[in-house]
Amino acid sequence: MDPNSRLVMEDSQRTLTPYVTGTSVIGIKYKDGVLIAADMGGSYGSTLRYKSVERLKAIGKHSLLGASGEISDFQELLRYLDGLILYDNMWDDGNSLGPKEVHSYLTRVMYNRRNKFNPLWNSLVLGGVKNGQKYLGTVNMIGVHYQDNHVATGFGNHLAIPILRDEWREDLSFEEGVRLLEKCMRVLIYRDRSAINKLQIAKITAEGVTISPPYSLKTFWEFSAFKNPTAGAEGSW
Amino acid sequence: MTKQQANWSPYDFNGGTCVAVAGADYCVIAADTRMSTGYNILTRDYSKICKLADKSFLASSGFQADVRALQKHLEARHLIYQHQHNKQMSCPAMAQLLSNTLYYKRFFPYYAFNVLGGLDNEGKGCVFTYDAVGSYEKVGYSSQGSGAKLIMPFLDNQLKAPSPLLLPARDAVTPLSEPEAIDLVKTAFASATERDIYTVSVNGDKLEIVVLNSEGMRREYMDLRKD
Repeated sequence: MDPNSRLVMEDSQRTLTPYVTGTSVIGIKYKDGVLIAADMGGSYGSTLRYKSVERLKAIGKHSLLGASGEISDFQELLRYLDGLILYDNMWDDGNSLGPKEVHSYLTRVMYNRRNKFNPLWNSLVLGGVKNGQKYLGTVNMIGVHYQDNHVATGFGNHLAIPILRDEWREDLSFEEGVRLLEKCMRVLIYRDRSAINKLQIAKITAEGVTISPPYSLKTFWEFSAFKNPTAGAEGSW
Repeated sequence: MTKQQANWSPYDFNGGTCVAVAGADYCVIAADTRMSTGYNILTRDYSKICKLADKSFLASSGFQADVRALQKHLEARHLIYQHQHNKQMSCPAMAQLLSNTLYYKRFFPYYAFNVLGGLDNEGKGCVFTYDAVGSYEKVGYSSQGSGAKLIMPFLDNQLKAPSPLLLPARDAVTPLSEPEAIDLVKTAFASATERDIYTVSVNGDKLEIVVLNSEGMRREYMDLRKD
């Protein structure tokens, strides 16, 4: 029997590698709630294929989900969550799923898919405010999850979290929080090749969820060292 | 054409160390609060100690998603037990349940290294130590996780149990008082912190200690070195 056809039958049923991916998501708690930032790039391997991908989505009244990793798996998750929120609303009992519940649901979904060796190839950030309680959590494709005052996925863990560990405080105002996130995003734009300079920042407070329109950060490329990079090592190669 | 291998592992190691020491009328269960992956720290404020029953506390390190799933599973089973038997599970009973639960996934294990600490029906401290697939033993003290190899020899030196080969069987619980045992545990962690990068109370990481005795349960935190 043709070995290739067997391969198609067995292994095309589960995710082996991601195709269109989003890069880091960063989230912080601040005085009035939670701020989450993500850029709008969708990379196809090393090609920056899509530049208007919205990787931040409101979930119900109290939460916001940011996703990095495989975009199609993120869209699948949004379909699951639509069903979950609809089911919750149909009870019409005055109660609604808060960020803690949504995070718990997502954690279970991701872990169960990992158990079947067919993961949703994402790292998720889930933030929200309910009954005055701020919540910020993360879960990745193998089900590892935790909550903290600041979280990041992908490159954000390496480049943004050190900045946040140093500069995050309990009572950041909205402007200070945005400035802090922009500082982190700027570093990512400079140093993460999958990042683009077009981002959105979402704010979740007791009043609700708002996602900013896309905008860019000012960057500076006129460093003299960039102008003649081989100045110190002229040679044939 | 060769079959494509999975380039993805369902496991990760999130670090951490757990210790438990049993006394005549108390039990001390301790674990660090660091959660890491590779050389990164994910969070410095994560509890590895879980209350399964009034007198049973589980401390687990290893792969966090599996640890959490295991804790939830056992909590749910305990709830069912309470509904059916109208009482709390005893620590030895919980010990057996944990072993069976782990072995159930013998061929896709929970990557969790567990130490179960609590009081038995007579109020005496008991500690059970496990491997990832459920083999367990009742002991007077134990440590599991990344710092275990540093802590265990120290505990052996300080709490050396009489040989299990002696007849009549001698108790393994330590004759130390509760404050002395807590101090010992803190010392053990302070040493492990010096040399194990996954167990550290670095800038903000802490040591969480749960003490169980006839008066109930209390939780203490101690700062460990922050680097």
